[in-house]
Amino acid sequence: MPEEVLGPNILEVENLKKYFPIKGGFFGSTVGEVRAVDDVSLYVREGEILSLVGESGCGKTTTARCILRAVDPTSGSTRFRMKDGTMVDIAKLKETELKPVWREVQMIFQDPFGSLNPRKNLLEIIGEPLYVNGIRDRQTRMNRVAELLELVGLRPEYMHRYPHAFSGGQRQRVVIARALALEPRLIIADEAVSALDVSVQAQVLNLLLSLQRRLNLSFLFVAHDLSIVKHISHRVAVMYVGKIAEMAPTEELFRRPKHPYTAALMKAVPIPDPTLRNELKGLPGEVGNPANPPSGCYFHPRCAYATEICKTKTPELRTVGPDHSVACHHAEELNLDGIGELKSSPMTEALSQPDASTGNAPPS
Amino acid sequence: MSHAATDPATTAPSTSHDDRGNQVYVAPGWKLTWLRFKKHRLALVFLWLIGLITIVATIPAFFATMDPDDSRAARAFRPPQVIRIVHDGTLTLPFVYAAESARNPRTLKLEWTVDRETRLPVRMFVKGFEYELFGFIPVDRHFVGIPPAYEGSTVHFLGTDRLGRDQWSRLMFGTQTSLSIGLVAVAISTLLGILLGGISGYYGGLVDNVIQRIIEILQSLPPIPIWLALSAALPRTWSVTTVYFAITVILALLGWTRLAREVRGRFLSLREEDFVSAARLVGASKMRIIFSHMVPSFMSHIIAAVTLAIPLMILNETFLSFLGLGMRPPAISWGVMLQEAQNLQSVVNAPWLMIPGLFVILTVLALNIIGDGLRDAADPYAN
Amino acid sequence: MNEDRGDVVLSVRNLKTHFPTDDGVVKAVDGVTFDLHQGEVLGVVGESGCGKSITMKSVMQLVGKPGRIVDGQILFKRNRDGTNTEEVDIAKLRTNGKKIREIRGGDIALIPQEPMASFSPLHSIGSQIVEAVMLHQDVSKQEAKRIAIEKLNEVGMPSAEQRFDAYSWQLSGGLRQRAIIALALACNPSILIADEPTTAIDVTTQAQILELLKRLQREHGSSILFITHDLGVIAQLADHVVVMYLGRVMEQGAVSDVFTHPRHPYTRALLASIPSLHSEPRIELPTVAGGIPHPLQRPNGCPFHPRCPDAIPGTCDVAMPKLLDVEQSKVACFLHHDEAEEADA
Repeated sequence: MPEEVLGPNILEVENLKKYFPIKGGFFGSTVGEVRAVDDVSLYVREGEILSLVGESGCGKTTTARCILRAVDPTSGSTRFRMKDGTMVDIAKLKETELKPVWREVQMIFQDPFGSLNPRKNLLEIIGEPLYVNGIRDRQTRMNRVAELLELVGLRPEYMHRYPHAFSGGQRQRVVIARALALEPRLIIADEAVSALDVSVQAQVLNLLLSLQRRLNLSFLFVAHDLSIVKHISHRVAVMYVGKIAEMAPTEELFRRPKHPYTAALMKAVPIPDPTLRNELKGLPGEVGNPANPPSGCYFHPRCAYATEICKTKTPELRTVGPDHSVACHHAEELNLDGIGELKSSPMTEALSQPDASTGNAPPS
Repeated sequence: MSHAATDPATTAPSTSHDDRGNQVYVAPGWKLTWLRFKKHRLALVFLWLIGLITIVATIPAFFATMDPDDSRAARAFRPPQVIRIVHDGTLTLPFVYAAESARNPRTLKLEWTVDRETRLPVRMFVKGFEYELFGFIPVDRHFVGIPPAYEGSTVHFLGTDRLGRDQWSRLMFGTQTSLSIGLVAVAISTLLGILLGGISGYYGGLVDNVIQRIIEILQSLPPIPIWLALSAALPRTWSVTTVYFAITVILALLGWTRLAREVRGRFLSLREEDFVSAARLVGASKMRIIFSHMVPSFMSHIIAAVTLAIPLMILNETFLSFLGLGMRPPAISWGVMLQEAQNLQSVVNAPWLMIPGLFVILTVLALNIIGDGLRDAADPYAN
Repeated sequence: MNEDRGDVVLSVRNLKTHFPTDDGVVKAVDGVTFDLHQGEVLGVVGESGCGKSITMKSVMQLVGKPGRIVDGQILFKRNRDGTNTEEVDIAKLRTNGKKIREIRGGDIALIPQEPMASFSPLHSIGSQIVEAVMLHQDVSKQEAKRIAIEKLNEVGMPSAEQRFDAYSWQLSGGLRQRAIIALALACNPSILIADEPTTAIDVTTQAQILELLKRLQREHGSSILFITHDLGVIAQLADHVVVMYLGRVMEQGAVSDVFTHPRHPYTRALLASIPSLHSEPRIELPTVAGGIPHPLQRPNGCPFHPRCPDAIPGTCDVAMPKLLDVEQSKVACFLHHDEAEEADA
């Protein structure tokens, strides 16, 4: 696999925190807080796809939303390299100063039904970013919307149709077209394909990958599906209860995971290949509660390798190899299984036979 | 079916190429709402009825057969005259039989007998009393009535009241008052509701808390005694018009709370919608988000809620006037008319005095059913 | 087909469940045929709108209005006391009759997708299991409680005796799912129907539940009808698989065979389009053209033909191929045979 050339960091997130207050009592006083994002640091290079993966409630979506200020973070910094090379800290900007940043950072939402206003047609939906950013001439907008529709593989004639005319996959293409309208450089995709049917998912993944290459986009790709993450990303960050557990290049992470949680996650994914049937290993217990996280390392109650120190001391995210960082006290001592070498199984072999892939079996 | 197999992504979700499908694809929201509303047959029928009533309320004098204040003791308690088209077994143009009154020598009551010999023709667009259309166009044509040649005779489709005033004509004018009080009161409370509910829902926090507590207090007040107290406090010396506005304001001030809750709820849920976030993230201003995305999304719900609020207001007005605390004569409203039917004697002797009640029931029913239909059709995108 | 499979306990024959709507009839299930054998896990897999959930609901006579089973048979071998077997056609039973209520929960139990909705928050999980036991079996309350605790232990509920008095909202997602399985097992049903039982829970918890279902099948010889959209779950859990598309069965057979030698173009496309942990990263995935049509706009002939790369013009768009034996599995595709179904009258 040829190494792709990656540029300097386009996004540097440091010590990002988002605590949601828990309101209680008659006067709505704060009685506690949910640490949805608890001291997250990560970076994305130019032209790179970084996946943020974790189970539901781990804070990956909130992290993504905090980065571009769809939600205001409690503290921390999110520095973004603008087109002209200046670094701006998005977390510190005033609401009114965000507009130029949003021209360069855009978001793709999970739910292709909720993220399109059903009362507006595609021209209005995809044209809105253009309109509010100063392109007032309708004809110019129509031309640009037509271009964008073609870019995402939809017919330009569809621009007068309303979202209800489209299937989930097509709506997600519309969402992508809207995100691309202002020619952004970083795209934050929040579970962009998980609401789609399997046969449509692949189409959208292909589209995202080809757009990434053609437009040299950077991606923060939030997902829970490990096989999709493995397929799409250059690097992966694994989150558990509001914290980054491990961050490494994709191949490295899947072959040599250093955090017990990463390894457990891989063991738990059902592989769609009956020839590789093995005991699925679940983790004991349940995902920790971000409103009342366990002491020390948040993962220790479910961890097979936990020792005394794990119960008391919270592990820092530290570098253990090139581009590889882990938040585990025992990262160096553990020898964890990844998914192993890229090997072919009887199933993949059978499927890759030319006869099978073209499917030109003669009628009997 | 021609499929662009080479360009898989561009095929429509449905492979249908019929025009109807295409029309639905390019149909804006209000059109889908209307298509759905149309399926509700009963609501559609009642929509026509309300349309008719609204026309009456706009130009009541055109539909009246005589001056609603024209009273004459000699005509008192005259029973309704039926429009007929058959005389002596032969089909003729519409007419009514004249009636003669005579005092019963024993009870001293005025008794009416139908005179089957004298026919009074009923025609459309006849000349009658003069009035000013919309307040400035002098007209003397009326929708129905008896031709001027029969000067001196009067026709009373719904009979007359205690003072010999024509009920039909009074009902036409009463419709104007009652319907407009309902509409204006609802308009004021809608404005208040959208404004306060919107502020409450959009800003949240302390403002929201204060407004919500005010709503709770207003909703916990027993409405009937409050209306009674407020209306009783209106000075007797006020003119009919002033009382009219005062009643409207009283009804509106107590009626906005439900709508405010509705609007607040919509705002709160819409604020969390992804398409609202998306609009914000492409740089749309607050005003644009509210007026271009949020308001159109709940407008149809508001229209449905408002439609359901009008009949309540009409009932409230009728109720107050019936008790003599709302509109007072010489104003004419459904409630004022029903006041005539307050005692047992008039109900027994002149049951037609209760006819305005039927109109109230019909109007309220119609508005409620239309409101239900609208509510069901309000969100054409559900499922 | 394989000879070593157990007796057929549930046989669905040409099932059709339709939903008349204002805009036309939605043929949610339109001629589905499959057999569930004793002691096996039969996976029913398909994308949205394929009719897998409605098939499951039809088997339990739980199809909501305006849906109706319009044709076909659902033959169920009912064996309550272990000696006499009677064959019941569920499709012919009244939706709320005495018989189906006995079968539902007693002989065929459901493990639903959303366990929160299946337990009443007002009663403890234990009392609800006891209620189910006493409804279908003639036992005393003490005996029922003993059975309930036994079932809770069986599904791996930690400290089952204490949890007996817990309410559903006090349990975490995984434990709640275990409790619902205990409820389903309460009356020793001969068939378990699992409707996407792991969709609402996390991967690491999902693995626990799948292991539990595997164990139940191994230890008790349970017959499980497993409905899911996740091919990974099917590959890891099911013995046989039914692949559905737009209310029809496209292909069925042993998982090991269907996944390695998919014969129907749809199955093949479905398998090829999922990125695997073992495949090359960032390559272009093979895709199926287009999207799933709206249920009211089903194509004529084979429902997959507009998206099928191998569709034969004049054949696939005209007639629906029969589901026939092809080598070890059954396939409904004209690439493999030329027998069409008779057109509807």
